[in-house]
Amino acid sequence: MTVALTIDNISAQYGQTKVLENLSLDIAPGELVSLLGASGCGKTTTLRLIAGFLQPTAGRILLGGADLTRLPAHARNIGLVFQNYALFPHLSVADNVGFGLKQRGITPDLRKKRVAAMLERVGLEAFGERLPAALSGGQKQRVALARALVIEPPLLMFDEPLSNLDAKLRVDMRVEIRQLQRANGTTSVYVTHDQEEAFSISDRVAIMHQGRIMQLDTPETLYRRPANAFVARFVGFENLIPMQVRSRAGSSVVAEGPGGVQLTLSQDSYGKIPDSFVLACRAEGLSVSTDTNIEGIPATLGLRTYLGRAYQYQAQTPAGPLIAHGALSSPIEPGTAARLVPEPEQCTILAPE
Amino acid sequence: MTRSVHPALIVLAGLVFIFLVGPLIIVVGAALSNTTYLTFPPQGLSLRWFSKIFEIEAFRRTMVTSLQLALLSTALALLVGIPAAYALNRFRIQLPGWLSTLFVLPVLVPELVLGFSLLRSIAVDLDAPIFLSLVIGHTLLVLPYVVRVISASLASFDFSIEEAAISLGSPPLKSFFTIVLPNVRSGVIAAFILCFITSINDVSISIFLTGPGISTLPIQILAHVEQFFDPTIASVSVLLMALTVGVMAIVERTLGLTFLTK
Repeated sequence: MTVALTIDNISAQYGQTKVLENLSLDIAPGELVSLLGASGCGKTTTLRLIAGFLQPTAGRILLGGADLTRLPAHARNIGLVFQNYALFPHLSVADNVGFGLKQRGITPDLRKKRVAAMLERVGLEAFGERLPAALSGGQKQRVALARALVIEPPLLMFDEPLSNLDAKLRVDMRVEIRQLQRANGTTSVYVTHDQEEAFSISDRVAIMHQGRIMQLDTPETLYRRPANAFVARFVGFENLIPMQVRSRAGSSVVAEGPGGVQLTLSQDSYGKIPDSFVLACRAEGLSVSTDTNIEGIPATLGLRTYLGRAYQYQAQTPAGPLIAHGALSSPIEPGTAARLVPEPEQCTILAPE
Repeated sequence: MTRSVHPALIVLAGLVFIFLVGPLIIVVGAALSNTTYLTFPPQGLSLRWFSKIFEIEAFRRTMVTSLQLALLSTALALLVGIPAAYALNRFRIQLPGWLSTLFVLPVLVPELVLGFSLLRSIAVDLDAPIFLSLVIGHTLLVLPYVVRVISASLASFDFSIEEAAISLGSPPLKSFFTIVLPNVRSGVIAAFILCFITSINDVSISIFLTGPGISTLPIQILAHVEQFFDPTIASVSVLLMALTVGVMAIVERTLGLTFLTK
């Protein structure tokens, strides 16, 4: 694939604390890649390294084939959208948007035209003369977006751009950001801790943990086929059961888990099953059955909570505490003995840790 | 809507007001007196003591020295203090905590001690010229105000705004002048006024550092009071107040005193 941005083996540290270790990442032209993780995972550090506000201790950053690593931040030509908008409080909306053009020596006439066109694209054509303080949060974020886009940067980066907005606006704005980014075809890096936001907006998502990328994939793949236990837990596979294959017959595999739990799994639905593996199931991937004669994980049901689309049960099993879903039509009392049956659509196979 | 105000509050506010403004009225009144001695209320109105100031060469000279000194030391303190305050706030996490305290230390040292040690070190040991010693002394005296006041402004400044400017192609130094400085303008003005007033009224440091031929207005006033008891002193004081108010007025006209209402 052709590559717009290459992060090649970069490491970074604050004082003695290593924040990133040998991180590599390739982003294709026009692609939006999210860096997703809890605070302290290194996602913001990565963004600041690309922006040039931090220097890596090792490695290179290439944008459009040119090495940026030693270039000062102001010479990198990267558009940045900040969490707290970072608008210039003493400049009007139009001057905020025109700031980058002014630095590029664009004549006032042309500048005015391009600012006006940009403000129209973000729906703020009537607000050019206002000061940022007179705008709402959503409008401020639009100005910040316009200011970053108007310089037509080869790379656009977002640092938690929506976390200061209320929930409804957040959803509207992320659609708007995605549409603008698509329309412009600007290669983008999007930093967030919000999984839904990252999955909904991105072409690919890098899930980060302790300065490393745990998995970089499309949202669909991450959601359905996580590569490891960390990512599996992150995307909502609450039940992880380590198992060993006892026998194979055709595509069918009999495996044994902790406490002697035996399950028959089909390689037709799970793909190739190695001899030693972890069965990962979402809560909705373990369905509760009161028929204790069928195959499944023997369980004693505990607390029942109502989720609207199903009941969720805390279950005690020989494989430890698990979370399972049961049908709305037949609520089951706590203490009832039951079987938990894995549903292949909501379960996946992981390599053992 | 009318709100009832307790009568005692009105009386108390009035007393405080008199306490604050009273001395000023007495000084102005005494300066306008026609008598040859300090008195209040003034007996007969006259501006003769004002013209008397300008007849005394020492007053003219020290007034100019004080003005030069105040402007120069304020400018120097701003030149050193603004970058210091910027660095202290921008790199707060990386810098040790005691560093910002260091810039406030001169305030903790009694000014007389500061003046005396400056006399011992720069004026005597280094044999610096009197005016230079005064400039150094006063810069040291007012520097803590600059650092504190500008730091207070910068504390509420979001440095990602500066990063935004840099990311848009403005080099760091240019970003500081076009983006950071305009947003701490009120702090700079407040620091300027504080420094100017502190310097132009200073006695305790100046008294050690002034010498043959060079003195400041407050020191000259002190010397005059020791010998005479005429209303010249009152009129000089009025002039000093007028000078300070004048500087504030110029600042207000050119830069705006919006910080007072913020």
